[in-house]
This record gives sequence, C-alpha cells and structure tokens, in this order.
Amino acid sequence: MNERCAVIGIGQTQYAAKRGDVSMPGLVREAAKRALEDAGLTWADIDAVVLGKAPDMFEGVVQPELFMAGALGAVGKSMIRVHTAGSVGGSTAVVASHLVSSGVHKRVLTVAYEKQSESNAMWALSQRFPFNPPVMAGAGGYFAPIIRAYMARTDAPDHIGLKVAVKDRQNAALNPLAHLQMPDITEEMVRASPMLWDPVRYLETCPSSDGACAMIFSSDGSEVDNPAWVLSTAMRSEPMLFPGRDEVNPRAGADCATSAYKDAGITPDQLDCAEIYVPFSWYEPMWLENLHLFESGWKAIDAGHTHLGGKLPINMSGGVLSSNPIGASGMIRFAEAARQVRGTADKHQVDGAKLAMGHAYGGGSQFFSMWIVGQERP
Amino acid sequence: MGADVELVSPFVLEYAYKRSTGPVIGRFLTSLRDGRIEGVRTAAGRVLCPPVEYDPDTGEDVQDFVEVGPCATVLTWTWIDAPLRDHPVQVPFAFALVQLEGADTSMLHAVCAPREDMATGMRVRAVFRDERVGSITDIAHFEIDTGVSKDLVPNEATEPITRFKAPTRLEYVVAAGATTAEFLRGVLRRELIGRRCPSCEKIYLPPRGSCPTCGVRTTELVPMAQKGTVTTFSVIRIPFEGQVLEPPYAAAHVLLDGGDTPLLHIVGDVDVDLVRMGMRVEAVWAEQLEPTLASVRYFRPIDEPDVPYAEIRGHV
Repeated sequence: MNERCAVIGIGQTQYAAKRGDVSMPGLVREAAKRALEDAGLTWADIDAVVLGKAPDMFEGVVQPELFMAGALGAVGKSMIRVHTAGSVGGSTAVVASHLVSSGVHKRVLTVAYEKQSESNAMWALSQRFPFNPPVMAGAGGYFAPIIRAYMARTDAPDHIGLKVAVKDRQNAALNPLAHLQMPDITEEMVRASPMLWDPVRYLETCPSSDGACAMIFSSDGSEVDNPAWVLSTAMRSEPMLFPGRDEVNPRAGADCATSAYKDAGITPDQLDCAEIYVPFSWYEPMWLENLHLFESGWKAIDAGHTHLGGKLPINMSGGVLSSNPIGASGMIRFAEAARQVRGTADKHQVDGAKLAMGHAYGGGSQFFSMWIVGQERP
Repeated sequence: MGADVELVSPFVLEYAYKRSTGPVIGRFLTSLRDGRIEGVRTAAGRVLCPPVEYDPDTGEDVQDFVEVGPCATVLTWTWIDAPLRDHPVQVPFAFALVQLEGADTSMLHAVCAPREDMATGMRVRAVFRDERVGSITDIAHFEIDTGVSKDLVPNEATEPITRFKAPTRLEYVVAAGATTAEFLRGVLRRELIGRRCPSCEKIYLPPRGSCPTCGVRTTELVPMAQKGTVTTFSVIRIPFEGQVLEPPYAAAHVLLDGGDTPLLHIVGDVDVDLVRMGMRVEAVWAEQLEPTLASVRYFRPIDEPDVPYAEIRGHV
C-alpha cells in the first residue's frame, strides 16, 4: 500500500429492536450523515462508497447497494458491496480502507447496516435444505456445541458466561446508542434467564437490532484534529468442514490476528483495549485465546482483566451482546476501536487509549476480519 | 434409482417481509389510498414521481410534496399478451413508463388500451381502485384519457401509512449433485458411505467430491459403521418460525467409528438431559427410506462405555 489511511468521521444510528420510523435507505443515511458531520464534510467530498450487510434473506432485498445509492450520495461515484456473512461490517471497512491506502481514492465513505425488524434472522438461518435432517436452529444452535467443547477443553466454570453477559450490559449502560439498556443486570438474572440452546441462556445471547454504522476514511487525515490511523488490516477464511478443524480455536482467526499485529508492528500486550465480535457471551473467552490476547480467556475474565479499568478492556461499547444489527455489528467494532484512540468514546472511553483493535467473525467461524488503529500517525 | 437419473428436490423460500416506509414513501402511499398522486420537489425544482427520499442528483433531502396527474403521457411501452399470475392486470395490457402531468420523471405502470391504440406520446389517465390500501396498485391501471374522470370512491381510513408487507416466494429445484446422489442411493440401502481423500486419507461423511484441505478429488468409497460417538451437542429449547422438530431436542455432532468428520444430527430415544459428550450412539432408520439423510431418523444411545474426552478432543 502506498498511502496512509485515517478514520476522520464516525456515525452511528440509535440501535433498537425496531426502527419503524425510517426506511432502509433512511437508516443507512442517518449513520452516513452523522459521519459526514463528524468529519466536517459534505456528500460532494466523497469519492466512493463501500456498503456492507449480511445475507440478503435477512431483509429480502437483493443488491441493496443499488437500492441505497441515492441515500448515500453515491450517484455518479464508484460504489461496491461487500459480503462475508457476520464479519461483513469488518471486511467492508477493510475493503474501503484499501481504496484509500492503495491510492485509488482520497476519501471513501463506508456504511454497514441491518434492519432485522423487517424479517426474522432465526427463520433465515434455519432453512431446512433438501437431503438434510432438520437440525438447524439458528446461529445459537450452531455455536452452542462449540461453546460446550470450549468449556470441556478448558474446564471453564459456568459463571464465566454470566460474567461476560453482565459486563457487556454494564458497559452498554454507558453508551446511549446501545440497544439493550440493563444497568441493573446481575449474574443471578442471567443464570435465571431461559436456556435457549443449552448451554447458552437467553441473556447470554445478543439481541436482534436495527441499525447502521458509517465511517469516512481519508489519505492524509488533515480534515480533523484527531484522526484514528489504520495501522494494519487483516482478513482470513477457512472452510466450514474439514477433518481436524478446530472450531473452538479456528486457525483462520489465529492467523488473522498474527498478521494484524505483525503488520502494525506491535505485540498484543501493547493494545489498550479491543472491540471483538461476541454474539454469545462464551465467545469472549474463546476469542481472547484465539486472538493471542490471553493464554486463558476465562481466567482473564474471572480476574476482571476485561472490564473497563482492567488490564485489557473488551467491548467497552457493550458489544454485540448489547446491539446486534448483524451486518453492521463488525463495523461497529471497528468504529468503536477508532473512537477510543480518537478520544471520542465519551462515558465508555478508556483513559489514554492509544492503540485499539477491532475484530469481526462470520459464517460458521469461517470469515475473520481485523484492524488495529492508533493515535500516532504511522 | 439409476446412476444416470439426476436427484433433484423442490425447495421453496417464502417470507412476508415487513417494510417500514419512512416519511416520504409513507406519504406517497397514504395519498394513493386517499386517491391522489403526489410527487416530491427537489431543491433544483424538479418534480419526481414516484417520489424518492433523496435527490439523486445531489444526495440532498427532497423538499415539498406536489400533487401530480392524474393524467399522464406514455414515454415508452411494451405489450404483454399473456399476463402472468403476479401481473397487475389479468387481460392483455401494456407495461409503460408514464410521466404524470406536473412530474419530470416517469413511473412504470400498466396501461389498459387496445393494442392498436398504444403509442408513444399517448395521453392516459390513472384509474383508482374503489378499495385502496396504500399501495402502488391502488392505481389499478392507466387508460386512454377521454377527458372524463370516474368518481372516486371515498376512503374512510385516516391513519398514515408507515409500513407494508412484502411477500416473496422463490421456488427452486435443488440438484443433489453426483457425490451426494451416490451417497443418498446408499441411504436407500441403509448404508452410510463416506469418501476418502487420496492425499490426506481422511474420510468425509457426508461425502465430499473433493477434499477442501488438499484440493484433490476424493476417489475411494468407504462404507461406514453406523455406530459413533457424540463429540459435542446442544439441546435446542427455543421455538422458532419454520421449526420442524418440537423442542427440546438434542442436536449433536456424531463422529461415526473410523470417520474423520462429525455429522450434524439428532440424538433421540433418550431424555435430552442425559445426552453427553463421549456418549456412544447408533443410527435409527426410518421405515420408509427416502433419498435424504433424514432417513436416519436420529441416533440413539447404545450400551457401551463413554469415550473419554481426550479421544474426541481433536474432532471438536
């Protein structure tokens, strides 16, 4: 890559179970306009638009980038759509950042969204395809056996899942945009909530949300006083099924992290905080290990290391567990990492954060995308 | 079933999506319900109908609403001799781009007129339905403008339109493909036949035509044992739209003896609370065998000691 890439604008909608007041184009536009305002720019200042969302069946709109070109000021400009399942928000940001760092465009707008209220993700993810037994039961049904395998492998105690569920909702209470606002949540409440996909309880899962997230990238960062510099990006994937596949600690995720740290020229212990994709509370300890952040994820959580004020705060915004517009969820991780190093995370700001990581995964833990952002111009 | 017969199965994907309109489209639909057609004006003074939420030229918000029509000019058209089920009119008609009086853009709608009268530049008039619900089809069609308009049947609804249902239905014919078809012919004989990769020598079940790790074709057929081990599982307790089985049920990864890939299937004939990692199970076949892996109804526990976790660790 020839050029640098800086995050100069970030915009997010309110995350909610249902945004009945706006159309889908209206939803993405809300995030995009806030990003433009944040960067002090207008539509005319943008050279290209990169849009991301999860499977089309979630809203039944194919080629949404064409549907949304008008709402994103993209008429007459380059516009592309990225799709890598649940990790798409992250990979969309990565693709958009490459359009800047490669020198192709000077300023790029990237937007990711989901309007889950228009459909039903459980239905969309549980289709009974011909020739197969009727086993599918949504994302939770897919990931619950893997969570059980992690618990068996590491002897993690049951309360770790409760702790993460509480920690992320307490963080969400500091983030007015977060969908779930449960400041008084306790481990007992989580434990008492219904078992949905044993061993995963209701309050250990993410909500279904409407929402969009947008960022604006620039090659020189001069538009604002506090850009977040993109120090590295990485994407990896692996097949869903092959003999000896380790779904608890997928190779693609581990390789993605190794590459992201190496290209940023850092070691994971230099990070001040991270936003990682945790749609079920047990994925926090699993990813802490997969991303080389802690040798034992559950022990780090048990010791409070991932709380705000801990050794390595994780999901300060409340994470996917508190807001889950699926296609946007990865980009929110990336954007929230950038907010931290820009010093604009308000009540969930990590004091003095200089280096932060954003991470997303998708499919059956098949797609991974990451970036590392910093305060210092590289 | 012969090897030359392609194994296919119908598959229907159907859902009624629930759209929220946003303020601009919502007002357009509300006006249609009330028997009026409205466009939107852009900052540059152009009138767009059907309305869009944002000015396509500048990306800025559109301004005020302007009533247009009900007369319009046909800009171009194509003739539909045999209407399909979902077409707006069930007699021969024209799909036309009609530009409503007062608008600077055109919209697609149906024109009902004798084919010999259809012409670019012809004047037409919107015909509203008597019962209107807030949809583009509240305009039943356009017809040749005779200068006389039909009386509008008033509508008693007053609530603004903010949402609508968008039903979709896609009908597929899914082909199993050679490898799966061969496997399912085995299922019809109560056999589970995997395929071995010649390079890594791992066995895939359900079989794969090529090994995703080595990138080579799998060649050797390997009849598998019908006993196996639960490597991990979940108890599905949540009901959801489109669910086939009644919760609670145990969805498990079953590693057949000698195999290398777990099979996702149901564990039955046992209290779901007793299902555990390492549990030994065997296939239970349906009486009536069909070419689907659902012909194995489920796996049931057998009286053998559990497999220690250390032996299954590499498979989860």
